Amino acid sequence: MARDEQRSNRPALKLHVPEPPYRPGDTPDYSHIKVPAAGEAPRPDIACDDTETHPLTNHLVRVLDDAGKAVGPWDPKLDPDVLRKMYSDMVTVRIFDDRMYRAQRQGKTSFYMKCTGEEAIAISAAAAMDAEDIHFPTYRQQGLLVYRGYPLVKMMCQIYSNAGDHMKGRQLPIMYSDKEKGFFSISGNLGTQFPQAVGWAMASAIKGDSRIAMGWIGDGATAEGDFHSAMTFATVYQAPVILATVNNQWAISSFNGIAGAEQATFAARAIGYGMAGLRVDGNDALAVYAAVRWASERARTNNGPTMIEFFTYRAEGHSTSDDPTGYRPKEESEAWPLGDPIERLKQHLMANGEWDEERDAALNEEKTAEVRAAQKEAEKLGVLSDQGDEGKETMFEDVYAEMPWHIAEQRDAALKEGK
Amino acid sequence: MPTMNMIQALNDAHKVAMRADEDIVVFGEDAGYFGGVFRVTEGLQKEFGKERAFDAPISENGIVATAVGMAAYGLKPLIEIQFADYIYPGYDQIVSEVAKMRYRTAGEWTMPMVIRTPYGGGIYGGQTHSQSPESLFTHIAGLKVVVPSTPYDAKGLLLASVEDPDPVIFFEPKRIYNGPFSGHHDQPVVPWSKSEGSDVPEGHYTVPLSKANVVREGEALTVLAYGTMVHVARAAMEEADIDAEIIDLRTLVPLDIETIEASVKKTGRCLIVHEAPRTSGFGAELSALVTERCFYHLEAPVERVTGWDTPYPHSYEWTYFPGPARIKAALDKVLAD
Repeated sequence: MARDEQRSNRPALKLHVPEPPYRPGDTPDYSHIKVPAAGEAPRPDIACDDTETHPLTNHLVRVLDDAGKAVGPWDPKLDPDVLRKMYSDMVTVRIFDDRMYRAQRQGKTSFYMKCTGEEAIAISAAAAMDAEDIHFPTYRQQGLLVYRGYPLVKMMCQIYSNAGDHMKGRQLPIMYSDKEKGFFSISGNLGTQFPQAVGWAMASAIKGDSRIAMGWIGDGATAEGDFHSAMTFATVYQAPVILATVNNQWAISSFNGIAGAEQATFAARAIGYGMAGLRVDGNDALAVYAAVRWASERARTNNGPTMIEFFTYRAEGHSTSDDPTGYRPKEESEAWPLGDPIERLKQHLMANGEWDEERDAALNEEKTAEVRAAQKEAEKLGVLSDQGDEGKETMFEDVYAEMPWHIAEQRDAALKEGK
Repeated sequence: MPTMNMIQALNDAHKVAMRADEDIVVFGEDAGYFGGVFRVTEGLQKEFGKERAFDAPISENGIVATAVGMAAYGLKPLIEIQFADYIYPGYDQIVSEVAKMRYRTAGEWTMPMVIRTPYGGGIYGGQTHSQSPESLFTHIAGLKVVVPSTPYDAKGLLLASVEDPDPVIFFEPKRIYNGPFSGHHDQPVVPWSKSEGSDVPEGHYTVPLSKANVVREGEALTVLAYGTMVHVARAAMEEADIDAEIIDLRTLVPLDIETIEASVKKTGRCLIVHEAPRTSGFGAELSALVTERCFYHLEAPVERVTGWDTPYPHSYEWTYFPGPARIKAALDKVLAD
């Protein structure tokens, strides 16, 4: 309640609550978003002082121009075979997402999350890192696993919590984990993995290893305290880590202004910590690759951490439990000025004469068949909805290395109960 | 055999562990160059170098989180949270990540680490230098919770914790870092050098986790305690001339239920003593377990002497602290026919 006697003739204070520019029913128009021309951003030396990158935190590193040509100093000049592998994996991820989304709608599992529109980010990052480097991902970097050749069947088994799930059905669908592929266990708690990546990188430095880590976070979760700890520890110890913020504009129903994006870019947060920062067109597979490559070389040569903001758009709902038409215009994803990452890489390959519609149709057919076959195989091992009572004693394992008496007693009690 | 206080014993445990295992790293606020505000990590940086013993930013969340990353890499972090009262910013990492990692990945990733933290009151520490938050951790599946009460146990339990494959929250009762405490704050403190439990072997030895210590055998009742309260309870029993069986739990989770059960079945009476507030404190779990398992042997209701359900006060330290007077009052109930 306002205290009138204190207010006198001073103006009343107002709370600013950021609002997205468009709500359902509005016609989205993103012409106000500054999209610099491809090739415009300078590329500093990997050993540069962090201050040299500061202009780039308000810029946008872009390689692919409107005609699909790779231009400027950030062009990674990738071999066409690598580009085709990246493209093929991006296509796979999109098909996989569609199949699993449908599987959830068919009641075969409880939950799914797509990464539609963000495929270039994880795939290109995986391509730019070494296979031995580790990722501390969020739930929207399934491309990392796909690029690293993790079997689709195993991903699906995790989604179905079936007999093929090596995590014994304990984790929510899509919370994958694979030590061998350098894909750290995903947690439902947002932001936690960001400083963990820094710790892993510190460990690598402590042991005089040559491997580096990459931590991932979304725009919304940058508001978590973990973001700040990660940035602090990374700079204090000059940890060999890449910290990636995937700015897809939305955190469920909250636009990124609620996370602080109205006032500054996420990349700009690097400045205050004394860290190198880059802001990158997240729908430009080549720009993503080039930026991660730059940051990884910087980290690997003991020149310190880098924060990269990948500027992109979450083209679909947050999850199978979300309906985005409740908070944003349906047409927003088409209005997004950076386009579709898969289309853009396809255009690039075609512009270079490395791809054609015929091969594209064949690839789509092949990948659809591959995903379908994997799904068939995974479903042979069961789906969540027809899960029986068998093996429920495994629920009590792995809380500790050895099962203590109290958990053993509870297991025995549970086994005596009916379902 | 050298005589050590608890700080020296803990410090020695660090050195023994770090010499034996190159993967152990120690860090925390002021834990590096300065050797910790309680001197537990003194000399480690000098002996093991800055890469294995170093200062951390004031970020409990960051300290635990980076330890998670290090454990994921294959190191064994042995980290310090300066006061248990300040462990809360790291709580999400401890509860959601450290505790659940083995389970959620079915053993693919594990978190062998020790989180040391001084805890407990009796030192005019006020609200944020006196808390006993152990029940916030005993409630979390996947964590082991350890509390030593002597220098001998402190070293042996810390070495066992470091070697344990599971994450351990290691609460150090700072009131008895320098000497045991009878609960009589108006009497001079007796140093460890003149007390039992301060003969600490050189080199490596362990005190097994999940194994309680029967501090004193007796017939009249069973007293369950840990940390500082082991000494307070013992002094109270001696002063009241009660033939009590005093059990120092040492590990709260997983608990040594056999020792407790055998004792209560023998004595038929049970008194639980802890510094932490009463409601939902670890004493409630102990009371429930004893009642469930020893009901037909009990001759009186299980009693709890605990801190009050208030934040820890400064000026009313000795009204809050569950000292000898309150323990004696509880005895009247437990020992009533």
